[in-house]
Amino acid sequence: MKHLVGIKSLNREDVERIIDDAFRFKASKGGFEQLLQGKTIISIFFESSTRTRTSFEMAAKRMGAQVINIDYNQSSLKKGETDYDTIINLSAMHPDAFVIRHYESGYPKFLTEFTNIPIINAGDGINEHPSQALLDAVTMYEVKNTLENLKVCIIGDIIHSRVAKSHMWLAKLFNWELTFFGPKTMLPKNEWVDGVRIESQLKDALSNKDFIMFLRIQLERKSGQNIPSLKEFNRFFGLKRDNLPDTFVMHPGPVNRNVEIDSWVMDHFDKNLITKQVENGVYTRMAIFKHCLL
Amino acid sequence: MRKVIRNAFVIEPSTNFEGFADISIVDDFIEIVGDVSGVSIDEEIDATGLIASPGFVDIHAHLRDPGYTHKETIETGLRAAVKGGFTTVCCMPNTNPTIDNVQTVEYIKRKAQELSICDLHPIGTITKGEKGEELSDFLSLKEAGCVAFSDDGRPVMNAEVLRKALIYVQDLNVPLSLHEEDLNISGDGVVNDGRIAFELGLKGIPNVSESSIIARDIEIAKSVGTHLHICHVSTKESIEVLKRAKMDNVNVTFEVTPHHLSLTEEEIAEYNTFAKVNPPLRSKTDVNIIHGALSSGIVDAIATDHAPHDEESKRCTMQKAAFGISGFETAFSVVNTYLVDAGVISLADAIALMTLKPAKVFGLDAGVIEEGRFANIVLLDKGSLWVVDRERFVSKGKNTPFHGKRLKGRVVKTFYRGKEVFSEGE
Ligand SMILES: [Zn+2]
Ligand SMILES: [Zn+2]
Repeated sequence: MKHLVGIKSLNREDVERIIDDAFRFKASKGGFEQLLQGKTIISIFFESSTRTRTSFEMAAKRMGAQVINIDYNQSSLKKGETDYDTIINLSAMHPDAFVIRHYESGYPKFLTEFTNIPIINAGDGINEHPSQALLDAVTMYEVKNTLENLKVCIIGDIIHSRVAKSHMWLAKLFNWELTFFGPKTMLPKNEWVDGVRIESQLKDALSNKDFIMFLRIQLERKSGQNIPSLKEFNRFFGLKRDNLPDTFVMHPGPVNRNVEIDSWVMDHFDKNLITKQVENGVYTRMAIFKHCLL
Repeated sequence: MRKVIRNAFVIEPSTNFEGFADISIVDDFIEIVGDVSGVSIDEEIDATGLIASPGFVDIHAHLRDPGYTHKETIETGLRAAVKGGFTTVCCMPNTNPTIDNVQTVEYIKRKAQELSICDLHPIGTITKGEKGEELSDFLSLKEAGCVAFSDDGRPVMNAEVLRKALIYVQDLNVPLSLHEEDLNISGDGVVNDGRIAFELGLKGIPNVSESSIIARDIEIAKSVGTHLHICHVSTKESIEVLKRAKMDNVNVTFEVTPHHLSLTEEEIAEYNTFAKVNPPLRSKTDVNIIHGALSSGIVDAIATDHAPHDEESKRCTMQKAAFGISGFETAFSVVNTYLVDAGVISLADAIALMTLKPAKVFGLDAGVIEEGRFANIVLLDKGSLWVVDRERFVSKGKNTPFHGKRLKGRVVKTFYRGKEVFSEGE
């Protein structure tokens, strides 16, 4: 019984075991259908994310678990019950795990103070998105056969990205050469990060890397104060046919076509790993359930 | 009725007296400071090994009453104050209703008079309802007993409103006490902008959100000439701006809080909501610059910004948590530990910053041990070590980042108008 609130609180062995298990699930044609037999997983998403939610749900069901989705809008969470009251009450029904997505950083960590039932962080505010970083690691391992000493560049709104944050902790565990790049308003200051290189030119950001990872520009958030326009972002920070390096390309999705990555690259570039990431997401989340519940 | 405090080491900032003396008190007043003999004595207090200081003066506290009495009441607030050695407290007007009307001023004064354990002076709002739009009834509020004006909790974002307020109160001899923060810059930030905020995924409040508005308001004050007091200065840049203004003889004073002169943003690691305060706990550099300002003598006051909260307001995520630290009951010990014991300033200087100097900023008749004056005296044990236990707070607000920390020095007894209003261990 373990929580998974972030990569920050994992060690190398945890990550390696989760990756191993993900590959074992992916390679086997079955044999995992009963692993979570009789177990119930409650999934609460305070922020909608069809993809992450479905991926967790599919992972749980493949292992034989029941999944209960609590719709934030219909739950008592909006009716004055405190957040921890809800988790205490739901815990009293003895589910076997909670999968939580929340728009506030630290929310899953906060809940761990009130329950011993595993809390699995499905993304919290601008803090962490551990299952995404782990499925990315699985995908990287799949094509490189190692996680050690990788050269990884993440491009986009680094400050407000929980994916970038989780990768930053992963980079420390596996000694990556990690680079951040994006509009200056979206980059941390040099002194906030150690061992991370902040690049100032797209061509430098793209050159000599094992993986280039683009982050989704959050169109719905008030991005106007950070970037003047999507067109300008695409022109100076986007991946296009004419600046395409011979490097694996990743994106946590959903991609804004012709903003972060041009359509041509999406459709025709053979080192685009985005679909593979989604596929590995389910196996990785199965491995996460195994890590937390078994 | 005459009581005598024997053998205390008296520190008296108005005369710079430091030495052993007896203090005799007749009813509410100090009779003799020095050699007390040949008189009839009804009660003797042995203060051997203790420091006698004027009762502390706090020019910035939140008592939450009226309106938020689940967080604090005038009674619990003042009991916590005297436990912290304070005998004079000025309360901020962000109550409900705000202190923008005479009835509320009278309510607060009446409550305090009924208790009669500590002087309480209300601070009126600068704008009605602290909305930043219409000026408060300054003349009526002053007449009713307000000793300063502030929209604390919020800045006066509209520069013209502030300018008009300063002009209107020009002849009142009452300072405007400003909470300085550019709301556009601080936005929905919750902690200091920096590495810790980035690593925890929390929105930051940069130093410049404070210093830029202080610089703006100094320019406005300069053009008007009215006394401006700056609350809870927390950044290096603010100190630099204020230092320059003081060199230019601008009529500006400022305070620092015990928490900003002792703690850094490191306290919020792992989302400790007790360390969420506005302005936020800053970096080590900022704390060092504040120490430099204290030792160079340009700081006018140490003020607690006592901001009690109910448990629910802090038992939540960092984003949702209320800003504020319950400060009365640790103020002296924090100052003694982080400034005096650390060699930043002397005990006498620390006492001046908690007594006479703040009294002067707000023009209060307090902060001295002098024959014929009210016997507001605190006895301190500067050497004793203790561990802060928030559960033992008298304040309703048990929200302190000092919980579990070891501090040096404590308040042993507090006398208000000759009456013992706090005694350690009771
Ligand atoms: Zn304030
Ligand atoms: Zn305040």
